[in-house]
Amino acid sequence: MNTSDSEEDSYNERSSLVQCESPTIPSYNQDHDMSLPQETDTKRRRPVSSGLDEPGPVERERASTPDGEEEELTLKYGAKHVIMLFIPVTLCMVVVVATIKSVSFYTEKTSQRLIYTPFEEDPNYVGQRLLYSLLNTMVMISVIVVMTIILVVLYKYRCYKFIHGWLILSSLMLLFWFSFMYLGEVFKTYNVAMDYPTLAMIIWNFGVVGMICIHWKGPLRLQQAYLIVISALMALIFIKYLPEWSAWVILGAISIYDLIAVLCPKGPLRMLVETAQERNEPIFPALIYSSAMVWMVGMADSSNPDSADERLRNEGGALAQEGVESEDDAAQGGRRRCSAEEDLEEDRGVKLGLGDFIFYSVLVGKAAATGGDWNTTLACFVAILIGLCLTLLLLAIFKKALPALPISITFGLVFYFSTDNLVRPFMDSLAAHQYYI
Amino acid sequence: MTVAVFFGCTFIAFGPAVALFLFTIARDPLRVIFLIAGAFFWLVSLLLSSLVWFITVQISNKNSAAQQRGLLIFGVVLSVLLQEAFRYGYYRLLKKANEGLLALSQEDTMPISMRQLAYVSGLGFGFMSGAFSVVNILSDSLGPGTVGIHGDSQHYFISSAFMTLAIILLHMFWGVVFFESCERQRWWALGAVVISHLVVSCLTFVNPHYQGSLVPTYIILSVMAAWAYLCAGGSLRNLKLCLTCKDKDFLLANHRPR
Repeated sequence: MNTSDSEEDSYNERSSLVQCESPTIPSYNQDHDMSLPQETDTKRRRPVSSGLDEPGPVERERASTPDGEEEELTLKYGAKHVIMLFIPVTLCMVVVVATIKSVSFYTEKTSQRLIYTPFEEDPNYVGQRLLYSLLNTMVMISVIVVMTIILVVLYKYRCYKFIHGWLILSSLMLLFWFSFMYLGEVFKTYNVAMDYPTLAMIIWNFGVVGMICIHWKGPLRLQQAYLIVISALMALIFIKYLPEWSAWVILGAISIYDLIAVLCPKGPLRMLVETAQERNEPIFPALIYSSAMVWMVGMADSSNPDSADERLRNEGGALAQEGVESEDDAAQGGRRRCSAEEDLEEDRGVKLGLGDFIFYSVLVGKAAATGGDWNTTLACFVAILIGLCLTLLLLAIFKKALPALPISITFGLVFYFSTDNLVRPFMDSLAAHQYYI
Repeated sequence: MTVAVFFGCTFIAFGPAVALFLFTIARDPLRVIFLIAGAFFWLVSLLLSSLVWFITVQISNKNSAAQQRGLLIFGVVLSVLLQEAFRYGYYRLLKKANEGLLALSQEDTMPISMRQLAYVSGLGFGFMSGAFSVVNILSDSLGPGTVGIHGDSQHYFISSAFMTLAIILLHMFWGVVFFESCERQRWWALGAVVISHLVVSCLTFVNPHYQGSLVPTYIILSVMAAWAYLCAGGSLRNLKLCLTCKDKDFLLANHRPR
C-alpha cells in the first residue's frame, strides 16, 4: 500500500513547527515556553481556530513578579505541568502498547512499505541492511526537511487557506480511515461480528465529533482524548510500516533534526516560531496537545467575549491553587481570584506537540513489539518520562522554545538497547532460579 | 495457569503498593515526579550491575553450570550493593536540590520534606524492583502451560507474588530508614539497611525451599516496618491514639461543625 498524499502530509506536518502561543490564551511567559518545543513535531495545525481566537487576550501580560516568587511559583506550578504532560503521554503509550500486545496486525511484517522508506531491509545481509536503513532514514529526513521548509514558506507568504486545507485533509484521513482500519483489526482479533451500517454509524460519529473538537470548539477533555487517540493511531501506523532497523535510526535522526531545527538561528522551526511571534498570531493551534488550565486573571478588567469560552475549556482543568475540579468552583475561584489579582499568575498550562507523542509511542511500541519482554517496555517508558521531566526543567530554566524529542528519545534508545541486551539475560537467569535482587 | 492466577498474583504483588500510591502520592505532583525519578535511579543501578555481570559471563566458561551459578550469585550481591549506592546517590542529589530550591525561594519551608522524599523514593525503588521481578512472570501466567511439570515447585507464581510484595514494602522501609540515618549521620543504621538487603537477597538462594526464604523475609519485613515507623516519628502512643480515633490531628482535620 502506498500511502496517499494526505498521510504524507500529515506525517510531514508532524515534523513541522509548532506554535507557541494561541491567541486566546494570554501569554504567561514561563508557561508558553514550557509549551513548546514540542512544537517541533506537531501533527497538525489547527486552522486559526477561529471562533476561539480573539485578538483580545494577547495584550494581557502577567504582572512581573520579583525573582523569588517566580522561582517558588515555578516549582509549584512546574511540578503540576510536568504531571499534566505525564498523564497524556502515559495514556498514549498505554494505548499503543495494549494494541501491540493484543492486536497482531500491527506486528505482522508485510512487504508493504511507506513511500518514504523505499529500500527494503533484507534480514540476511547485515551490512546491506544497515546501509539500507541509513538510506531510508536519509530519505525520510529529507522529506521532512523539505515539507517543513515548504510550510515555513507558505506561512511566511500568508497562504493560510492552503495550510488549513492541508490540515483538515490530514485529520480527516486519520479520524476516518485509520480508525476504521484500527476498529476492523480489533474486531478481527476478538472475533466480534459487526455489520457495516453500525460500523458506518460509529465511524461517522467518531470522525465528525473529532473534527469538530480538534478544529473548532469542544470540551477540553474530549479534545485531549481525541488528540491522544490520533497520536496513538499514527504511532501504530509507523510501528507497522517502518522496517525494523530503519525505525530505530529514524528515531535517532529525527531527534537530532529536532534539536537543530529548533535551536539553530536559521532552523525552519525557529523561523516559524519567530515569524508567528512577530505577527502576534498563534501558529497552528491545532495539533498541539494543550493541557490548558486557564485562569482568567483580570476577568474583572476585561469584559472579554471569549471568557465564557475559556471557562468552557476550563471546566475540565484542575485549579492549582484551589485544588478543586468543578465548574462551580472554577467560577467562584475566578471571582475570588479577581479580587486578589496582583498575587495571581495566569497559568496557561503546557503544550506538547503531537509529533512528540507519536515518536515517544513509536519507541515504546517498538520495544513492546520486538521480543515481548515487558521489562524493556517498562524501562523505555520510565526513561521517556524522565527525559520529558528534564526537558521541562530545562524549559523552566531557559524560558524559550526547546525541542522535546532529543533527551527523551536518547534516554529511550539507550535504555532500550541496554535493557534488551544486558538486563534481559540477567533478569531471565534470576527469574529462572527465583533469585531476587 | 488461568486468569484467576494472573489477577490473584498481580493483586498480591502490587496491591498494597498501588494503594499506597493512590492514597498518598497520586494527588501531589511533586511526589509523583520524585517517585518516577527514584524508579529511574533503580533502573540505572540495575543496568550497571547487568553490564558487569554480562561481561563476566562473556569471559567465563559458558558450559560450567556451577560457574554460571557462582557468577549469578556474584551478580546478585553486586546488584544489591549498587542499588544501595544509588540510593545514597539519590539522597545526595535530593539534598542538593532541596538546598538549592530553599535558597532560591523566599519561603522558609521546603515544598516537600526529607521524610516524604525518603518514603517516595523508597517506594519508587520498590515499584521498579517489583515490576522488573514479576511482570514477565505474570504475563507468562496468562498463557498456556503447566507449572512445575519438570519437577519444579508448583507454587512458583504465588511465591513470586509474595516475595515481590515483600521486596516492594522492604524497599520503602529501607528508603525511610536509610534517609533518616543519613540525615542523623548514623552510619551503623546505614550498614544495617545494606546488610538486611543482602540478607534478604541471599535468602532467595535457597528457593524453591520457600519456607527458608519467605518466612525470614517476612520477619525482616516486620522488623523493618517497625524501625521505619519509629524513624518516621511514630511511637506506640501515636499508634494507639490513631487506632482508637483519639488522635488530635485526625480529629481536627475531620472536624465537622455541628
